[in-house]
Amino acid sequence: MSDSIQRILLLGSGALKIGQSGEFDYSGTQALKALRDEHRYTILINPNVATVQTSEGIADAVYSLPITPEYVEKVIQKERPDGIMLAFGGQTALNCGTELYRRGILDKYGVKVLGTPVEAIMETEDRQLFADLMHEIDVKTPKSIAVGSVEEALQAARVTGYPVIVRAAYTLGGLGSGFCANDDELTRLASSALAYSPQLLVEESLKGWKEIEYEVVRDRYDNCITVCNMENLDPLGIHTGESVVVAPSQTLSDHEYHRLRETAIRIVRRVGIIGECNVQYALSPTSDDYRVIEVNARLSRSSALASKATGYPLAAVAARLALGYGLDELTNAVTRVTTACFEPALDYVVCKLPRWDLSKFSHVSRRIGSSMKSVGEVMAIGRTFEEAIQKGLRMVGQGLHGFVGNELHIPDVDTELQNPTDRRLPAIELAFDRGYTIDRLHELTKIDKWFLCRLENIHRTKVRLAVCSSLADVSDALLREAKSRGFSDYQIGKLVLAGSGLSPHGKADAVRALRKQLGIVPVIKQIDTLAGEYPAQTNYLYITYGGDENDLVPERDGRSVVVLGSGAYRIGSSVEFDWCCVAAIRKVQEMGYRALMINFNPETVSTDYDACDRLYFDELTLERVLDICDAEAPRGIIVSVGGQTPNNLAMLLAERGVTLLGTPATSIDCAEDRQKFSALCDKLDIDQPRWAELTNIQDIVSFAEKVGYPLLIRPSYVLSGAAMRVVTGNDELDDALSAAAAVSHEHPVVVTEFVERAKEVEIDAVAQEGVIKCYAISEHVEFAGVHSGDATVVFPAQKLYYETIRRVRRTAAKLAEALHISGPFNIQFLAKDNRLKVIECNLRASRSFPFVSKVTGFNFIGMATEIMLGHEVEPYGKTFADIDCVGVKAAQFSFARLTGADPVLGVDMASTGEVACLGADYYEALLKSMLAAGYRVPDKGKGILMSSGTAPSKVELLEAARTLVRSGYRLYATGGTADFLATNGIEAERVHWPDSVQKPSVIDYLREGRIDLVINIPKNHTPRELQNGYLIRRTAIDFNIPLITNARLAAAFIHAFCHLTIEDVGIKCWKEYH
Amino acid sequence: MERKAILQLADGSEYQGYSFGYEQSVSGEMVFTTAMTGYPESLTDPSYRGQLLVPTYPMIGNYGVPDDERDAYGLPEHFESDRIQCTALIIGDYSADYSHWDSHRSLGNWLVEQHIPGIYGIDTRSLAKRLRTYGAMSGRIIFDGDDVIPFRDPNAENLVAQVSTDRIQSYGNGRYRVLMIDCGIKNNILRCLLRRDVTIRRVPWDYDFTADSDYDGIFISNGPGDPSRLVPTISHLRTALAGDRPIMGICLGHQLLALAAGARTYKMKYGHRGHNQTVRIPGTHRCFVTSQNHGFAVDGNTLPDNWECLFENLNDGTVEGLRHKTKPFFSTQFHPEASSGPVDTDSLFDLFISNIRNYVR
Repeated sequence: MSDSIQRILLLGSGALKIGQSGEFDYSGTQALKALRDEHRYTILINPNVATVQTSEGIADAVYSLPITPEYVEKVIQKERPDGIMLAFGGQTALNCGTELYRRGILDKYGVKVLGTPVEAIMETEDRQLFADLMHEIDVKTPKSIAVGSVEEALQAARVTGYPVIVRAAYTLGGLGSGFCANDDELTRLASSALAYSPQLLVEESLKGWKEIEYEVVRDRYDNCITVCNMENLDPLGIHTGESVVVAPSQTLSDHEYHRLRETAIRIVRRVGIIGECNVQYALSPTSDDYRVIEVNARLSRSSALASKATGYPLAAVAARLALGYGLDELTNAVTRVTTACFEPALDYVVCKLPRWDLSKFSHVSRRIGSSMKSVGEVMAIGRTFEEAIQKGLRMVGQGLHGFVGNELHIPDVDTELQNPTDRRLPAIELAFDRGYTIDRLHELTKIDKWFLCRLENIHRTKVRLAVCSSLADVSDALLREAKSRGFSDYQIGKLVLAGSGLSPHGKADAVRALRKQLGIVPVIKQIDTLAGEYPAQTNYLYITYGGDENDLVPERDGRSVVVLGSGAYRIGSSVEFDWCCVAAIRKVQEMGYRALMINFNPETVSTDYDACDRLYFDELTLERVLDICDAEAPRGIIVSVGGQTPNNLAMLLAERGVTLLGTPATSIDCAEDRQKFSALCDKLDIDQPRWAELTNIQDIVSFAEKVGYPLLIRPSYVLSGAAMRVVTGNDELDDALSAAAAVSHEHPVVVTEFVERAKEVEIDAVAQEGVIKCYAISEHVEFAGVHSGDATVVFPAQKLYYETIRRVRRTAAKLAEALHISGPFNIQFLAKDNRLKVIECNLRASRSFPFVSKVTGFNFIGMATEIMLGHEVEPYGKTFADIDCVGVKAAQFSFARLTGADPVLGVDMASTGEVACLGADYYEALLKSMLAAGYRVPDKGKGILMSSGTAPSKVELLEAARTLVRSGYRLYATGGTADFLATNGIEAERVHWPDSVQKPSVIDYLREGRIDLVINIPKNHTPRELQNGYLIRRTAIDFNIPLITNARLAAAFIHAFCHLTIEDVGIKCWKEYH
Repeated sequence: MERKAILQLADGSEYQGYSFGYEQSVSGEMVFTTAMTGYPESLTDPSYRGQLLVPTYPMIGNYGVPDDERDAYGLPEHFESDRIQCTALIIGDYSADYSHWDSHRSLGNWLVEQHIPGIYGIDTRSLAKRLRTYGAMSGRIIFDGDDVIPFRDPNAENLVAQVSTDRIQSYGNGRYRVLMIDCGIKNNILRCLLRRDVTIRRVPWDYDFTADSDYDGIFISNGPGDPSRLVPTISHLRTALAGDRPIMGICLGHQLLALAAGARTYKMKYGHRGHNQTVRIPGTHRCFVTSQNHGFAVDGNTLPDNWECLFENLNDGTVEGLRHKTKPFFSTQFHPEASSGPVDTDSLFDLFISNIRNYVR
């Protein structure tokens, strides 16, 4: 039967956003690889250019197009697939697939849904249908009432009683969901949630219950296995994406474990899953009562985690089951001697921790709750919970050294414990310091006492270390205990050598030296899915102090090359670096070396079981990288493809004798150190914006007088809000400096000249021994001032002077030579009137490497890797003129998730993901990219709001406004904009600002759904302007109305959608462009 | 710091650990289990008699130990027999602080109460790999300061005699009368049957039931050690096989049934112990995840003509169940009663009852 399915369409998940991140690149890639092994022709639709799955050699045809029914239909029309897979692209793919099914498109073209049937998916997505289904098989679900209006919601709450939880159907990761304690809160939440979803559920609150998940697999023979169960450390009420998740469960008795397991299997059978399914439970902490709270009939974030936690390749197995295989017919990819029809046994514990970037946004609460705000996650493996959680806290990469040894100021510990934020774990440690008992902590946090006791163990070890005043006081046993409880050398050094006068790294070095002398070194353990029961060929490894035997003896033959991964996805460092890592690994292998990967991000392809020769799923800290180098004696280490995390280790590693491949560490240091880099630029006669690092307010004011406004202010320490901002005058400067917690020698402020209306140009390049071998020059649509990660990037640059391009090339060549670059690098410039200023130079791969590599069809990282391994390469011969298409990369924002955040763009990055599409020209590519990033062509039955800011942006938008009217759109405009349009003969209906009593109010129109696109260009920083603009922007986001805050981008987008329709754009795969 | 203890294996290897249970040097057969939950059930499983049990999951004791409540039949609510049966427990990391609404004491305290040694701080993965590579072997725990004791091979003893009942007991008042041959039964087998309208008569392992006809079906329980030592039981079963009364056997009971039928058993290199062993019905794609605990197995090449394999192990192909081609006799090497472990094959008890129903009719 499966033979009739030869051509398979797989839907990806698009841009990374909060609630739907890199895990779907991982599962999609694994599924596509499995289908390729099964000799199927695969077609992928995914506009996320930074993913591995859109690279060559994964799918047969890759379409970088919006994942919408309209575009998918076009691809179906062209490719005529036999089957479609909807389970590997998150909620985006599932929603799109459901819509294709509803519209009869799948039927029309005879496309069979492979795996779980769409009807089953729809049953699990509709909460009432699902609850009825569960009732039928005696499975308990929360008391819950479906409502379609605010009034109905209030009525429902009277039935269940407060507090209630509100959930929206058909949304990503709990969007529009939350707890409400009273009518007011419910009214507010329900009205905004109804904008996303026609149906809401008002449910009994199970706050404080345990949250448990099972990952279940079922095949067409009705065989069911649960691959993994997981327990949230945080109690119910905190979204699982916001929780610390532990696998396997730690506090469940056998009876509880198997009762929930049996229930999960019963559910999966009733729903009719073929493939993978996630079942989430609430489990009472005081009885054996439970509720099923969620079922995801697709691969999910949890299944990616379960895959990494157990070594069981869920996506590959799910893909094969969808083709019709039985579980018993598939081999366990890890052991290669047992079958895939089994349940992994773990002999270690894993902790998943979320990574938040909430400090990047203004107006955002740090409170964590029932909707997801985290942007990434890490997974730590240990033989004890203490070891795993301490590793995990370091991996998150926000300055914590583990559970203890941090210096955090949490003013009100009790409030923090009761109303948790991203700092709840450090708050628990502070509470231990203050003598809180386990009972008291449990009462405040509702975290199970077992976890609290284990955390207290870490605290106890800390206390014993802290009384030691030199390393001689630390007994062998205490040192072993500390290491097996996950203490880093850095933490131990900090606690024991406080008065030594050594630098922090000097202290850690001293601890390391002592440890090695005492023979206290970690061991390498395998993850083999069977807890050692069968011999395994596995290359999936972690490092632990919980053991005395290595599972593996490294060859130490000089043929191993270590690649450092990117760590947690975060704003500014995401899947693009995973693409770079995977590209580097492949090239290392191609060249006959053994590729060793170190990374700890469970959402990545680089940590997939077959991506490299040996995977160390472990920390990217100096200590751990040195441990691995000690064990492996590699030929060298690549630090330049994993983003800033490995880049930061370059100098430290080189100083300790590790061989860096490629650009020398001293050059990296020169580029990273502002002073050194400036000196170099001066020497090379390269212009930079004027800047100064200042330590007192008077100097800042004098600098402002000398250079003039606007200025870019970067305090090194801020209490809240965005760290970096542009100020246009003295008042704003005062304001920015008062937001800075301190201006001092320890906390200097960097003040930089800000050039207005300058273009931003980037070069991505690869050099060998200081000579450039390939390069790509791109330009931003927006003027400088929008962070390069948020900007819309065009490659090849379409609107640069030839002279500018020449100067970019020349400057890059000078820097490459001076810094002896051997490997990837990226330089960002301001260009105005052919004058260039360098604003950033990174001697590593940048965010745009996958983009330029895919547009050119030439793998920049492949070449960089060859160079780093010492092979002489030929320069890449193509020029821009040879590229017969235009690529546009657009940013994806997740403001909808971040309740209250001001969705305005600035000098600090705010986007969580990106897409890129190709077109025959700039506008075609731009249109596709914008649609792929979640914008939509406005409905002509509705209107477009313009609130166009300063005079230059008003002018910028004038032609666009005319085009809109000509195309039949109705315009709404606020005060100044309405006047301006009227003066220029453009008809627009005047709407009034949010703080005005006059009607019609812009907010009413937004709420009533009369507006389908909002163009709001921030004008100045007066409080009234700020507040009004904020309310318009935020309302647009809360009511799911597309918002553009940049005039140049808005003008380009309007031009594109007014002149092009879907019939005009090319439906072509990457290969057809090259 | 707790008292130190050395774990020595018959092959000369040594591991150092710390005590968290009763402190008395002991010896027995080393076995590892890959189950991640269920230590109260496993420790009281009579099949572990004489063994030093090594869970490969490193953190043990997390949810404490429940109390000694008994149900309406007088069976302990939470345990598989009246006492801890294994000789010692060897683990990686011990949770002295436990947490569960239904727990009443720590694992360590329970071990002390029951005079069972427990040591932690052992690299149980490396230990499991050793047993996997070199096969099951004897081991001993010598506490710091204690005299060395000799190695003990429990398989040379009649372990079943140590764990079987010493008198005839009755349970329930149901329609179907089951004769239970107790070779070291797990209580959950009794519980599973009692839910199905039966009266159970539990008899000692060597009870001669052949003269007796006061039952509708025979159940042969699990139990410890080498099945071939249990000559009286095998001989009684051989007589029963000549008749038509339904028979079901589990684990040791399955091996005994095979021996009575004329097949042979053998000692496996290191056995199957865990919750994740998959079995398949031969010739189909139907698989079940099962709970297992055995060191001996039935040799599939020695099955008599009128017997066939009912289940096979998906990984190593070993015999996981038998059935008679015409008579209502069947057995499983795995544990349909679970406890601890997955409950996917619970319906096999229904099969046994339906065989009895047909026989009675």
